[in-house]
Amino acid sequence: MKEDITWIEVGRVADIPPAGARVVKTPRGDIAVFRTADDDVFAVRDRCPHAGGPLSQGIVHGARVTCPLHNWVIDLASGEATGPDEGCAGTFPVQVENGLIRLGLRLPPGPALGVPGAAS
Amino acid sequence: MTLANTKERLVLVGNGMAGIRTVEELLQRDPDRYEITVFGAEPHVNYNRIMLSPVLAGEKTFDQIVLNDRSWYDRNGIALLTGEKVEKIDREARTVTSIGGRTVGYDRLLLATGSDPFIIPVPGRDLPGVVTFRDMFDVEAMLRKAADGGRHAVVIGGGLLGLEAANGLAVNGMKVTVIHLMGTIMERQLDEAAGFLLQRELEDRGIDVITNADTKAILGEGHVTGVLLKDGREIPADLVVMAVGIRPSTGLAKAAGLAVERGVVVDDHMVTSDPAILAVGECVQHRGATYGLVAPLWEMARVCADQLAGRPESAYAGSVTSTKLKVTGIDVFSAGDFSGGKDCEDIVFRDAARGVYKRIVLKEDRIAGAVLYGDTRDGAWYFQMLREAENVAPLRETLIFGQGFGGQGFGGGGAANPKAAVAALSDSAEICGCNGVCKGAITRAIADKGLTSLDDVRTHTKASASCGSCTGLVEQLLELSLGDGYQAAAAAKPLCKCTHHPHDDVRRLIVAGELKSIPAVMQALEWKTPNGCHSCRPALNYYLLAAWPGEYKDDYQSRFVNERVHANIQKDGTYSVVPRMWGGLTSAKELRAIADVVDKFAIPTVKVTGGQRIDLFGVKKEDLPAVWKDLNEAGMVSGHAYAKGLRTVKTCVGSEWCRFGTQDSTGMGVKLERMTWGTWTPHKVKLAVSGCPRNCAEATIKDFGVVAVDSGWELYVAGNGGMKVRECDFLAKVETEEQVLEYCGAFLQLYREEARYLDRTAPWVERVGLDYVKKRVVEDDEGRRALFARFRFSQVFSQTDPWDERASRGVDSHEFAPLAMVG
Repeated sequence: MKEDITWIEVGRVADIPPAGARVVKTPRGDIAVFRTADDDVFAVRDRCPHAGGPLSQGIVHGARVTCPLHNWVIDLASGEATGPDEGCAGTFPVQVENGLIRLGLRLPPGPALGVPGAAS
Repeated sequence: MTLANTKERLVLVGNGMAGIRTVEELLQRDPDRYEITVFGAEPHVNYNRIMLSPVLAGEKTFDQIVLNDRSWYDRNGIALLTGEKVEKIDREARTVTSIGGRTVGYDRLLLATGSDPFIIPVPGRDLPGVVTFRDMFDVEAMLRKAADGGRHAVVIGGGLLGLEAANGLAVNGMKVTVIHLMGTIMERQLDEAAGFLLQRELEDRGIDVITNADTKAILGEGHVTGVLLKDGREIPADLVVMAVGIRPSTGLAKAAGLAVERGVVVDDHMVTSDPAILAVGECVQHRGATYGLVAPLWEMARVCADQLAGRPESAYAGSVTSTKLKVTGIDVFSAGDFSGGKDCEDIVFRDAARGVYKRIVLKEDRIAGAVLYGDTRDGAWYFQMLREAENVAPLRETLIFGQGFGGQGFGGGGAANPKAAVAALSDSAEICGCNGVCKGAITRAIADKGLTSLDDVRTHTKASASCGSCTGLVEQLLELSLGDGYQAAAAAKPLCKCTHHPHDDVRRLIVAGELKSIPAVMQALEWKTPNGCHSCRPALNYYLLAAWPGEYKDDYQSRFVNERVHANIQKDGTYSVVPRMWGGLTSAKELRAIADVVDKFAIPTVKVTGGQRIDLFGVKKEDLPAVWKDLNEAGMVSGHAYAKGLRTVKTCVGSEWCRFGTQDSTGMGVKLERMTWGTWTPHKVKLAVSGCPRNCAEATIKDFGVVAVDSGWELYVAGNGGMKVRECDFLAKVETEEQVLEYCGAFLQLYREEARYLDRTAPWVERVGLDYVKKRVVEDDEGRRALFARFRFSQVFSQTDPWDERASRGVDSHEFAPLAMVG
């Protein structure tokens, strides 16, 4: 089945703390959206390729995150593990415009999309 | 003792670096030849004068710059007379006489009287508060003034010494103004461009620099209050440091009738106009030149020792010098002559964005001088080619880019592989600039003496034993020589790969430099990464928190997830929650609340922990605030089971119920927990109180353990039940509950202030020694009370329940909600 990329607005850069991350929940698993100290935004599947740790909960440094479970360091641009470790978390395309973040997702056809659930 | 009488008598006047280095060299050549007497005017043993700047800046202690302690003199049979200034030489009788009236005879006399600081003859120069920067007395005076609340300091002289003094005083919290006669600071070492960059860097650090400033008078009545310039400007000052230069100290030699011009005149063998008298160091004048830097002293010392050991052919031909500024974070290198001239050509490289400036002066295809600012890595390389007068024409095109770029027979690999660059250095390349040690001397010592560690190399060759900036090179030489057999010393390991500073240095520099944020630390200590990594950020966050309680704002993003969300992350990404149970006590109401929470949130696992608490496993992150709210409502607060901080205080039932119990151990445990909860420490901390020596609370494997006995309380520290079980050390026995609390708080505070991040108390105490801990916590009553006071002060800011803040006041609420749901 062919799926087209859909650009979906998920929130504002300001909703994510600098050098932090927040989660976007999808039917196909969580996506971690990172904001670096330099305000670059990256989206990576929220599963460490090592043991499935939630990357969104790690410490962000430069354009990398350290998984909170076993300290694997994942490059946010490529999703690849760095150093001697091997594995890829998988990334998603991101657009940032006027402080708004859009993720490029391949979603199954179906009902319309929910909008941000966060109260904050 | 007949043997002693056959020895020649060598008397050394001057217990400084040049004289003692000569003696060291002499002992290596011929240890039994002389009966040696050393006169020193200062009361100290022999110390490294060029390291006074780091002492002033709080980066080193006096003990760390001692070159030879008293036992070294004893071991080598040297009579050391400190605090005895020599005032007379009788060349006829071959004796010297000290100010105290002591007369000692000599066969050979060695003068190493050094130099005196130059005092500009302006009114007010004798006022209290005017000091020079020459010895430990000066450093102590400056530190005292800074500590006494002296606000303004004026440093007269923008040369090497003056700028180091200015930096040290600024680090100690003073507002510093440097006034300099010339248009460019350090004009003898730097050209205008580099001087400008340096001035800007100093100004960025809050140090004012006034150039073209001529001092007219020093103002004040009973104490210095300011400095008046000739143009009429007046600068307030509580302290004035004269650092305008030095001149050879020649009074003694002159009075003895030796040939003296600017310095004591010596020939190429370091012999004065009297063949029985030699001279070495800053007091001498050789071929018309005098020296105020350290490297030439070592060269003179070698020649002088050769002379004394009966090797007359050895000769000194003068020195080419290089300089580095010993101010942390400012890289300046200067060597040779860069004043230019007719036959000279300049190669200049600038990178404004990086603040890098390099200038090489060539004369007839050879390097005549070099000035490097901001990137001094290639200083040693340029300096070596300068000294060896190497023809650099073949390298010319890439010379300015440094050693890593082409040339030198190892292609472009040098920059990428520092080991290859070190391997390619010639044996005569200088590695340690402070001590004048070349590569060959180090590799030979490693091979011949079987050296295996950095400390060994320091001991045997002195390389890296002074300022330490060549430590990396020395380690690379060890690695090259020993291969995999070399293990870098654990003690000097950097905090992480983002910095070259070890933990202890970072802690000290944070306090000394009054660094109060993570970016400030990274800037001042030259972090190599833009915002650190998962190792250094939590450590820095803790060090700042411990150093500046109430002042430093916790950096949330530098905390591990457990501390960020106040619960323990588990392997499946869910969390576990542990409410506090003071001293292990609970109630029906609390148990009911826990049971209700378990039902309401479908928490799959409930477990009693080893520290007498109840752990709720499998809580979803988004449920955390609601779980906390329900527990809070039953009066329970966070158990900090996730924290690098106080976890639990384990207790037994004690005298209230137990037939053996001697004291109320449960009550004691509750008091301890009420006092210590919420504290942040380098690693987790566990306490326990047992009511009798049967020790049911297992208090002797805790970070701080208390065992009740009939007559009071026994206190134990540094136990560990973790991966490496360690039984506690006995700390002290006390009588009252108040004492238990005071000793506990003081011990924890010492640990908070001095241990390395992620060290539990056990490895920390093993490293610093139990005696040290006892000295601080048990023997020093006043010190213990001060530690305890600081502990209580920091607790004022940390005893808030993080669950309550998040459950009912919305703190960090973004943390617990998804950004969005799609699909």
